[in-house]
Amino acid sequence: MSDQTSTAPQSRLAKALDSDFFYSFRRSPVAVVSFIVVMLLVLSAVFAPLIAPYDPFDPGSLDLMNGFTAPMAPNDFTGDVFWLGTDDQGRDVFSTILYGMRVSLFVGLAAVSFAMILGITLGLVAGYVGGWVETLIMRAADVQLTFPSILVAMLIFGIAKGVIPIQHHDQMAIWVLIIAIGLSDWVQFARVVRGATLVEKDKEYVQAARMMGRGRGIIMLRHILPNVLSPVLVIATISLALAIIAEATLSFLGVGAPPTQPSLGTLIRIGQDFLFSGEWWIILFPSVTLLALALSVNLLGDWLRDALNPRLQ
Amino acid sequence: MLTYVLKRVLQSALVLLVVGLVAFSMFQFVGDPIDNMLGQERTDADIARLRAELGLDQPFPVQYYKFLENAVQGDFGVSYRQGRPVAEILVERAPATLELAAVSGFLAISIGIGLGVFTAIRKDGFLANAIMSISLIGVSLPTFLIGILLIYLFSVELGWLPAFGRGDVVKFGWWSTGLLTSTGLKAIILPAITLGLYQMTLIMRLVRSEMLEVLRQDYVRFARARGLKDRTVNFRHALKNTLVPVITVTGLQLGSIIAFAIITETVFQWPGVGLLFINAVQFVDIPVMAAYLMLISVMFVGINLIVDLLYFAIDPRLRTDGKGAH
Amino acid sequence: MTEKLLDIEGLSVHFPTRRKLFVAVNKANLTVEPGEIHGLVGESGAGKSTIGAAVMGLLERPGHIAEGTVSFKGEHINGRDADGMRALRGAKISMIFQDPLTSLNPLLTVGQQLVETIQFHLNLSEADSKKRAIELLDRVGIPMPDERINQYPHQFSGGMRQRVVIALALCSEPDVIIADEPTTALDVSIQAQILELIKELARERQTGVVLITHDMGVIADTTDKVTVMYQGEVVESGTTQQVLGAPAHEYTKSLIAAVPRPTLKVHRFPQLSYGGRQIEFHIDDLARNWDRPEPTKSGTLLKVDGLTKTFLQSGSIIPSRRKYFTAVDKVSFDIREGEVFGIVGESGSGKSTVARMIATLYQTNGGKIFFDDEEITQLKTAKDLETYRRQIQMIFQDPFSSLNPRMRVDEIIAEPVKHHKLLEGAAIQHRVDELLERVGLGSEAGRKYPHEFSGGQRQRISIARALATQPRFLICDEPTSALDVSIQAQILNILKDLQEHLGLTMLFISHDLPVVRQMCDRVGVMRQGQMVEVAETEALFAAPKETYTRELLSLMPKLEGLSTEGLEDEII
Repeated sequence: MSDQTSTAPQSRLAKALDSDFFYSFRRSPVAVVSFIVVMLLVLSAVFAPLIAPYDPFDPGSLDLMNGFTAPMAPNDFTGDVFWLGTDDQGRDVFSTILYGMRVSLFVGLAAVSFAMILGITLGLVAGYVGGWVETLIMRAADVQLTFPSILVAMLIFGIAKGVIPIQHHDQMAIWVLIIAIGLSDWVQFARVVRGATLVEKDKEYVQAARMMGRGRGIIMLRHILPNVLSPVLVIATISLALAIIAEATLSFLGVGAPPTQPSLGTLIRIGQDFLFSGEWWIILFPSVTLLALALSVNLLGDWLRDALNPRLQ
Repeated sequence: MLTYVLKRVLQSALVLLVVGLVAFSMFQFVGDPIDNMLGQERTDADIARLRAELGLDQPFPVQYYKFLENAVQGDFGVSYRQGRPVAEILVERAPATLELAAVSGFLAISIGIGLGVFTAIRKDGFLANAIMSISLIGVSLPTFLIGILLIYLFSVELGWLPAFGRGDVVKFGWWSTGLLTSTGLKAIILPAITLGLYQMTLIMRLVRSEMLEVLRQDYVRFARARGLKDRTVNFRHALKNTLVPVITVTGLQLGSIIAFAIITETVFQWPGVGLLFINAVQFVDIPVMAAYLMLISVMFVGINLIVDLLYFAIDPRLRTDGKGAH
Repeated sequence: MTEKLLDIEGLSVHFPTRRKLFVAVNKANLTVEPGEIHGLVGESGAGKSTIGAAVMGLLERPGHIAEGTVSFKGEHINGRDADGMRALRGAKISMIFQDPLTSLNPLLTVGQQLVETIQFHLNLSEADSKKRAIELLDRVGIPMPDERINQYPHQFSGGMRQRVVIALALCSEPDVIIADEPTTALDVSIQAQILELIKELARERQTGVVLITHDMGVIADTTDKVTVMYQGEVVESGTTQQVLGAPAHEYTKSLIAAVPRPTLKVHRFPQLSYGGRQIEFHIDDLARNWDRPEPTKSGTLLKVDGLTKTFLQSGSIIPSRRKYFTAVDKVSFDIREGEVFGIVGESGSGKSTVARMIATLYQTNGGKIFFDDEEITQLKTAKDLETYRRQIQMIFQDPFSSLNPRMRVDEIIAEPVKHHKLLEGAAIQHRVDELLERVGLGSEAGRKYPHEFSGGQRQRISIARALATQPRFLICDEPTSALDVSIQAQILNILKDLQEHLGLTMLFISHDLPVVRQMCDRVGVMRQGQMVEVAETEALFAAPKETYTRELLSLMPKLEGLSTEGLEDEII
């Protein structure tokens, strides 16, 4: 008995490892490397409190004397050494990057999940139900698509800033960001899911289910949804990169994560002031981290698109 | 044909009405204009008087109609922050943004389509693969970082080009141009590259994937089977069929250029409407935000209309109603 | 002996894949002489289209010619560089593709595409090229060619487009034309015209034609010689008369035996015995546990009266400006309990729409449907329809889309049982296993996903799903038109068993007259939404009353030269 139960999942794992999908993954060094980079960055963001040598948000650990320490060089006054140097207030750049990445990743993932759930639901309903419901949803999508997502996000941010009392601005900023980026990004998902649903809905297996008398909800969830997910996966990956960049951009422009909860974009915004005065490390390292994150997610998405597109095989 | 155009114009008008409603709602629900206009020492009578003056005591639809009426005449009220009419500020700032958008749009479209076709035809070539890899970096680099990088290289390190501003401008009536002075030309190079690079990579990748899709079609295989030259097949048969989706997205991208100008203008302190907008968002300057929104949507709707008309020129299936079939 | 135009010797085409080297064509030989139509026939995966692509130098990577030679007029042409191939392609050898809808560039006029090709190959001036293009269009039978030359492909019907494609292939006055399934996407009547045109052109211009097809009817009526392929190998080659009339190879024999004949009715089809592809199924065993309901009093199980369906053609906000298209127009017929009723017609005749209305997939716009003397069209809610839906089941055309790719086979078969709450717990799995056994797949098939099965196996899964609720009435919508002829024989045998052993009543929709003759007790002929004629099958084939029926029957390939070996015991 125990023998049997252990072989079943194993063979499934073996099957997965033997699949063409995994094969194309192993055969693509770019995919493997970017997957490793993404995992490394995500893990170090998740475990930032354990990895970071300093807590940059604990005022007690800050020493203004440590300000502007260059990377790997002892500080003139205190003799402390920081891997990636410190900023104007003496905060360890490495630690702020770890914590900043946490904010960036959290906002990115949350925004994409939000956009994904909204987009899939609306796309599925629009595609399957059709009629005026579809017209309404897709017109709204069209109108929104005319406006670049970054602009939509900024508008939402601006409006939220007007609506939310000023003392709550900093606390709410992250959530406003998530909603702003998520709302500006659902259209992609909705369009793709609707398109795929229109194709699937005419397929005979859906007709077989309809003939049985299956309800709309069951058909959409059980039959259509699993079959439209692979393009969603590709878009979700690319959207994640876009969301991280959008968040960084908004924060850079000063309409995103507040200095009390800095994301990578906020750090770059702060660092920009010191670039011309020679403290290059304050801006360089957050920028490199942001680039590495966005690039490896993009590379994964690019590979995923090719791997999931049977016509390109 | 005429009904098609008419339909599109009507749809565009509808979009503008919706956007107008959004802009108007911002006035309604975001911040209280009375608060903004009257100081701390105010009486109930003052408030009532001002409400009547501003028409705020009217029902919602009437106010909306008033807002639209004013907007059509270019009256968006007075900026909370600068205390000047919004329209006046916009007219002053618009040429800078439009010139920047035009230059980088031209760069993005011409280079983007060229490289896209090249990478599609030489699908497995070394150079094409290299361009594709670099383009991914281009997509992953946030615009502001590109800007900072360029400033650091060409302004700080090399000192060749200015790091901010628009240089000297020449006035033609209300329009001011920087394209006729050497400092103005120098000043536009870095912002234009910054702004155009991202759009260029997007257009390039799109052209490439659409072209690859078309190259797989039967009629392209049939054209090859007839022995036609590669040039004819690639450009006469494939590229033309690629154009319809490419035009759609290029149209949208042109719209984004104006929006992304916000970022570029912030990095380069370029005195355009984008910089104006970002300041307005930071200070919740609703009239400026609303006016910017309306201005942008008029532009986008215009671009979309042009795109639709271009479809007509390209795709015969839209021009004829399928008469003669069956 | 005449000069050989095209001579393929020992040609092998390899597609290296990740796991193994796939040999698409293995040491194939083929020759074509001037004015000769050489048929290349085989089932899917036989490698027949690959030969065409290899000759044209249009093999898709990583496919390549591994060995052998292709000679044109005695000169080796494989191994030529791209420019060398191009000089030959179109100029000396042309190709016609299967689907006329996608073979023409939608953005260029027919004239532009013709003139461009003529100018390139014949070095004529623009005006002369145009003149020549009009002549060509005229030759391939396009009326008013001087007007239609300025139209775009979408303004032509399917058959006309294929004529344009042929005209394009003729632009350079080629010596050899390779036609890859040129009529598969077309209706029977148009198919006959296109084949006739190809025949005429081959005679008239002394062009050699390689006609790639899966259709024995096309081979029998059109070709002079035929080469039979099976899994990449040429198994037999010779004159059409000889190969079809007295096949030497076992595969050819069983393939020919599996072809439904328009002129004789068989009890069961002989199973393709070559290559160990025979399957065992035991529908008779299912009968033991089969709950047979009370027979209907009237003897009529399904009655359709004045059934009508309209589709919105162009929408408008103003109701009076909306245009409707009547797909089914006042159709009436009835189906007796236990019989197989066929509906035949060309595409667009409304036959599938009728099936879909009966299946409750489409709402009706008029008319009534009675099942077991109950009016179904009156039932509105899903709950009221429940009993009816349990008793009818459908087998669909495309085995690749009729099973949800993300569901396991046992889930697929169990879904109707669970939905109708017919069984519970282990009994469900028991029924699924039994069904899978009986259709010859084995119960372990239940733990796999649909993509692990071939088309024929999937169609059997589909049948198992349809049987899961123990229905009384089965709708078969073109159940075999997507299948190879040997698989078709299997499926048709299963369906015959269902009627015989389980007493199922069937509605059998098909465009294929020979198949209909084998399967149906009575037949209705539909055309443009109307029922033209309903008659007993044998009576209809022997003495059709209506002109349209006569026309359809006359277009049917006769297949008279086909060997009847292996059929002797089955002929009724």
